[in-house]
Amino acid sequence: MVLAFTVVPLGAQQSAVPSSAPAANNAAPQDNSKAVADKLADLDRRVTAAQSSGDNAWMLVSAALVLMMTGPGLALFYGGLVRRKNTLAIMMQSFAMMALITVLWALVGYSLAFGGSGKVIGDFGYAFLRGVGADPSNYAPTVPHLTFMVYQLMFAVITPALITGATAERMKFSGTVLFMTLWFLIVYAPLAHMVWGNGGFLNASSGKFPCLDFAGGTVVHISSGVSALVCALYMGKRVGFPKQPMPPHSLVLSFIGACMLWVGWFGFNAGSALAAGSLASSAFVATHFGAAAAALSWSVAEWIKNGKASALGAISGAVAGLVAITPAAGFVGPMPALVIGLAAGAFCYFMVTRVKAIFGYDDALDAFGVHGAGGTIGALLTGVFAQQIVNPIFGAGKSVGGLDGHWGQVGNQLVGIVIAWAFALVGTIVILKITDLATGFRVPEEHEVEGLDITQHGEEAYYLES
Amino acid sequence: MMKVEAIIQPSRFESVKDALREAGIEGMTVTEVRGHGRQKGHTEVYRGREYTVDLLPKIKLEVVLPDKLVDLVVDTILKTAKTGKIGDGKIFLTRVDEAIRIRNEERGESAL
Repeated sequence: MVLAFTVVPLGAQQSAVPSSAPAANNAAPQDNSKAVADKLADLDRRVTAAQSSGDNAWMLVSAALVLMMTGPGLALFYGGLVRRKNTLAIMMQSFAMMALITVLWALVGYSLAFGGSGKVIGDFGYAFLRGVGADPSNYAPTVPHLTFMVYQLMFAVITPALITGATAERMKFSGTVLFMTLWFLIVYAPLAHMVWGNGGFLNASSGKFPCLDFAGGTVVHISSGVSALVCALYMGKRVGFPKQPMPPHSLVLSFIGACMLWVGWFGFNAGSALAAGSLASSAFVATHFGAAAAALSWSVAEWIKNGKASALGAISGAVAGLVAITPAAGFVGPMPALVIGLAAGAFCYFMVTRVKAIFGYDDALDAFGVHGAGGTIGALLTGVFAQQIVNPIFGAGKSVGGLDGHWGQVGNQLVGIVIAWAFALVGTIVILKITDLATGFRVPEEHEVEGLDITQHGEEAYYLES
Repeated sequence: MMKVEAIIQPSRFESVKDALREAGIEGMTVTEVRGHGRQKGHTEVYRGREYTVDLLPKIKLEVVLPDKLVDLVVDTILKTAKTGKIGDGKIFLTRVDEAIRIRNEERGESAL
């Protein structure tokens, strides 16, 4: 998230407001100047209020859009990809994050991610949302602090939900709840602070290694994608994988989910401008272009390889493009967005079809292949294509990305990527061990065969006799 | 009494049903089934994973008839269900010993 100020020219506003004090003409000169000063102060307040209400409207809508990405977007996308006996379980794993992470966020999560000015993690200054109210914070100076807090919450909700794609069809519900609680506190909150928090050492505007991550390439996608891979490796393959066919039970659900993700992503990326100004427009366009280009490149790759362009391929490509454009959205123009999308679609296709097959891990719904891989290539390409003309993040006139003349930024991006990878890797291994000891992580084989809907939740998604 | 059991292509089902109705056949039982004879299946690819689908969707149609109507029904099905391609299905004939209408316990051909 990048601070973006939209400066409204005062003079322009002033002339639009009719004078309401004609009597001042006859008054003494000092009275006149006082009246003008009062008038200016009043105008200043009105302008600030007008901008605040515009920005706040967009940010609240964006927050709602990002929540929609988890439920129903991701829940449908993942829900359709599993076998029918696991539909409710995978949807519930997403939905549970909407409840669980929200409560954790209110208690300590927001404070750990955005409180204080530590290099690695926040503090307890905002615990129980103390002091988080109507007044803006320095993260988003034109909207109430509450708006910024709730907007950031939606990112914290979807990130752990993404991991459940890798562990689908075999993860215990109790294990999910414990794992995600710990993962949110130990991996997500510090990483969010490092990259976006005041004083964080990867913070784009003040950190030691300024890592450009507009809306969460490292914090959201690399962190969840890499953790997903670790979980898939730790947990092992599903019973019968890869011999037994496990085709998606309803690509219609997945299709609807993917389209909702695409729409929700405008809130995710364009909302990350934290204001309703031109930067939001730029990020909106880049987001859309990235998704479209990646849907095309994945489809073309598939067409060449299999002789057919599938619906699953097209929607997977779009999601891969959205992932890759996430860190870049507020830094690159429309043409680089197309390039990033094209690269991401082809790269993720290769990761999902070839690399997964070569190494044989069972990343069931390709959380790593899409989010880990797409997040990484996106974070890297952000360093190549970022332009000061789009977002002068390092100050006016200072070049931002490689093609802009600042190739050192690619190095900064690499630092961010390596740290996000390492942090997710180590953190997830530790949390997996704890979870395994406390509640267990994987369901017993007979439960897996029967399906998680019945064994974990006592219900069925499709009750055919009713 | 005979039972005519026809396994046909789903795409031909509506035509077969209409033709049977025109021929005066009043009842039938229909099931969506999967299977294959000599017809090979097809391949589906989901994110690079290939699945061979060898059980293909078919419609199974069952009609129990007085002996005198059997030839008419078999001819009708043959005429309307045939596409000439492999996978058109089969017809099986079975002798039926008894038929009982549950509502009024009528037996024999009048129960049909």
